[in-house]
Amino acid sequence: MALTDDDVREILRIIDESDLDELRIETDGFSLHVTKGSAGGGAPSGAAQPSRAAPSGAPQPSRAAPQRAPQPAAASAPPADDGLVTIPSPMLGTFYRAESPGANPLVEVGSRIIPETTVCIIEVMKMMNSVPAGVTGTVAEVIADNAQLVEYGAPLFRVKPE
Amino acid sequence: MKRVFIPNRGEIAVRIVGACHALGLEAVVGASAVDMDGMAAHQADRVVCLGPAPAAESYLRADTVVQAALGTGCDAIHPGYGFLSESPQLARLARENELIFVGPPTEAIELAGDKLAARREAAQAGAPVLAGGEVATEAEGRALAAQIGYPLLVKAAGGGGGRGIKRVRNDEELGELIALARSEAAAAFGDARVYLERLIESARHIEVQIAADEHGSILHLGERDCSVQRRFQKVVEEATAPALPDATRDRLRESAVAVADRIGYRNLGTAEFIVDAAAGEPYFLEVNCRIQVEHPVTEAVTGLDLVAMQLQIADGLRLAVGQEDITFDGHAIECRLNAEDPAHGYRPTPGTLSLFAVPERSGLRVDTHCQPGATVPPFYDSLLAKLIGHAEDRDQATDILLDALEDLDVEGVETNRALLISVLDHPDFRGCRVTTDWLERLM
Repeated sequence: MALTDDDVREILRIIDESDLDELRIETDGFSLHVTKGSAGGGAPSGAAQPSRAAPSGAPQPSRAAPQRAPQPAAASAPPADDGLVTIPSPMLGTFYRAESPGANPLVEVGSRIIPETTVCIIEVMKMMNSVPAGVTGTVAEVIADNAQLVEYGAPLFRVKPE
Repeated sequence: MKRVFIPNRGEIAVRIVGACHALGLEAVVGASAVDMDGMAAHQADRVVCLGPAPAAESYLRADTVVQAALGTGCDAIHPGYGFLSESPQLARLARENELIFVGPPTEAIELAGDKLAARREAAQAGAPVLAGGEVATEAEGRALAAQIGYPLLVKAAGGGGGRGIKRVRNDEELGELIALARSEAAAAFGDARVYLERLIESARHIEVQIAADEHGSILHLGERDCSVQRRFQKVVEEATAPALPDATRDRLRESAVAVADRIGYRNLGTAEFIVDAAAGEPYFLEVNCRIQVEHPVTEAVTGLDLVAMQLQIADGLRLAVGQEDITFDGHAIECRLNAEDPAHGYRPTPGTLSLFAVPERSGLRVDTHCQPGATVPPFYDSLLAKLIGHAEDRDQATDILLDALEDLDVEGVETNRALLISVLDHPDFRGCRVTTDWLERLM
């Protein structure tokens, strides 16, 4: 089951107009979890998302993510003294550098990346989540170890930004 | 069991870390991003960040919690209270991945979550239940209401803990409220079933602590009176229940054990009852499948460590005590110090504690995660500390708490301290004349 952007907007509109605070749908290969307001919502884990900048007021839908879809772009830290930025992990899970065992790593030191480039996979209980770079530049360092647990916010890569 | 994962925060995470260390177990805390610098995180052997501050993206994610437990080499999960503590999904997912879930069997959690099923099983076990039953239509409702009498309550089968309850005064209101309750229950709990239940207008809330091991032994650890409530939230709790006729006390304790036995309950749990303040009759309400916030009052009077018992039972050990070994020493009272603003309807008040100092007193125990400089984030409950007074009798226990509350230093956030003092010092509380509607009338 694939969702278009319009589908997601339509779902959010329906939730917004209902009395529901939370909606969770799970079928084979598809899972949707939407929460409204501050109780379960809050800003997504990504970088400066519109919802974080928006003035607080009416409850807003804060998250609508089919789980196979790419995660929100990681919040790259401001450049350090050496001019490199860090890509942090958008979730806790097992860090994989490749799509599958034996496959080539998604990125290597020296790879040129754009914000949409998938830099790694993070597995949470057999759910594979692809992580977009969220930044344009060149991979300078791979910090996390393959197949190891990474925490939410843990540094995964360092990137020389453009 | 060697290493326990604790996906929780606040004072209960500190409490569980302490129990693990006392038993020689390692403790790994799973915290949200705003709790990474908390007391539990500092005291644990390791802390991992589960996700961002909102609970729905951290403490409430069963998949993330199990992944974190496995990834940190834990062999058990102690869920604490709140969050996923009564989630059959977490219990099942943990056990499917060969982790010990410190709690009852998944089936018992599911059954206890269905208040209608729990009511039926309690009745089968011989426990007293209030007149009532499931209704789907106005006609069914009117027929049953004619037997029960008004006023009565419409309750959601998927509710519990005070949620999903409506009061009905007469036939005219009934049809509309059943329909409304069904649609709200479907939306809130994914289960439209509702039932009618007789309303006891003046009631005490009394609950019995149960402990059951994996080898067929089931005990009660006495009861707690939690009648001082506001909006179904307990404020002051005590053990054992004061001014209760012996026959009522015995009936409560026996009923709780019978219900636990009937539903295959294991580990620690609580059977909640209401007691008709006028007639003294107890009625079963529900079973809670977690360690409760107010467990320290039971620990004080029994001398047992309930969190350690949970871990040991989950590890397959036999209960080290029999029912005849359980005795009740003196009286214990707990009050919950919350970050709440009295000037604004006691709404939670996040902030930073510039000062937090609790006095040391003989007979006083303080369970807290707070210290100067600690922040009270806006994402979670507002509990700052539990003060527990234990003494030979109820008046002395009350005095210990009053003395401690007077000497408490908290600055940076507003608290409900003054309210706690006025409750404990009130002639109705001193005189054991408190029912569940008392505090709201007082305020």
